[in-house]
Amino acid sequence: MRELIAERAAKELAPYSIINLGIGIPTLVADYIDDDLHILHTENGMLGVTSVDEEHIDPLVVNAGKLPVGEAIAASYFSSADSFAMIRGGHIDVAILGALQIDSSGKIANWAIPGRDIIGVGGAMDLLEGAKKIIITTSHTSNDGSPKIVDKCTFPITSQRVAEIIITELAVFNWKGGRYELTELMGDATLEEVKSKTTANYSINEGLLLEGEKV
Amino acid sequence: MSLNKQTTIPAALENIKSGQTIMVGGFGLIGSPLSIIHYLTEHDVSELTVISNNVGEKGEGLGLLLRQGKLKKAIGSYFTSNRDVAKYYNEGKLELELLPQGTLAEAIRAGGAGIGGFYTKTAVGTDLAIGKEVKEIDGEKYLLQKGLKADVAIIKAWKADPLGNLVYYKTAQNFNPNMATAASYVIAEVDEIVELGELLPDEIITPHLYVDAIVKSEWILTKDGVKTK
Repeated sequence: MRELIAERAAKELAPYSIINLGIGIPTLVADYIDDDLHILHTENGMLGVTSVDEEHIDPLVVNAGKLPVGEAIAASYFSSADSFAMIRGGHIDVAILGALQIDSSGKIANWAIPGRDIIGVGGAMDLLEGAKKIIITTSHTSNDGSPKIVDKCTFPITSQRVAEIIITELAVFNWKGGRYELTELMGDATLEEVKSKTTANYSINEGLLLEGEKV
Repeated sequence: MSLNKQTTIPAALENIKSGQTIMVGGFGLIGSPLSIIHYLTEHDVSELTVISNNVGEKGEGLGLLLRQGKLKKAIGSYFTSNRDVAKYYNEGKLELELLPQGTLAEAIRAGGAGIGGFYTKTAVGTDLAIGKEVKEIDGEKYLLQKGLKADVAIIKAWKADPLGNLVYYKTAQNFNPNMATAASYVIAEVDEIVELGELLPDEIITPHLYVDAIVKSEWILTKDGVKTK
């Protein structure tokens, strides 16, 4: 399921775009991109991130999840202040991030859970504020089966900014005209299934509606 | 030039006193001054405020000083990976100030560059904006963040010359060059000290005027964790 979502997210990436991957499913997107066509940025201070095999692991070369990574051709290293200047300054084309909740107004919550200690935010707020485009990759529902795409976030939001695309194992939503539009069903998912597991307000792409009627 | 800033870790630590604010480089343990921290465990200080992205990891790096009760407050962006932090915080033994990572980095940069504060869009309209001044600039909302400065910065670099010019190693750079600019006294822990003139002027990331003391690393991060060299 996680791989399916990551593979679909990779298809959204234009050639030569600068991409920042969050922790979790977003990290898996790296397995589906072409190193010659896509350039990965990591907020701990590196542009040109690639994978690394076991024997070449360097404990001092890591991504923001502190996982070992490799150095692509033409890679560069820089300070944290420079790295976040790139992020806030609008120099990152796409950030692919996970989410705890996404709501009808396009806001996302991905840094804190009420009732638990709020002691970590990392680069989440900066990425949401500064990246030109946000793609959310997430399971459609949480572990207990409750919807994650909801009418209004009950968890603390990460930014006032709208996330343009949501990709789950059931569906793809695109932000259009002030609301999400369901533009694609994933795998064997049906409109009914998506409806039953989504409490956010969304529209359905006309083409999908027509297909649904035929069935 | 005869100026030589190389010294021993215990001698450099004479500049760290109880109640001070200390910047500590590193992203987790990566690029963290592990040897200086190791000696700090034996140095008689308390009530320190640390400015660092994390409080090390559980029982490692700055996490050692937390367990010794030497920290009063931590200012950083991500305290989740060291689970001791939540425990100490809930027991009232540690104050926390959480900043978005980019706001933290820029506050340090500003502090070192003589900038009193700056406006950032990051965190506008979130729980981390509570109590912060909001300013509208060209129709968009921004938050005021003050610059950060410290009494002492302890940082990690790869190579130094005796004057204190520094170069860094890959992603072990992170906050270190920014912190080098923002403290009254800067101690750089390095893996290698080279002859004056050996570092190419083009490759120097931290020019020597920022650095007060250079010490050799004794503890480093390896694939198998923190080890003596």
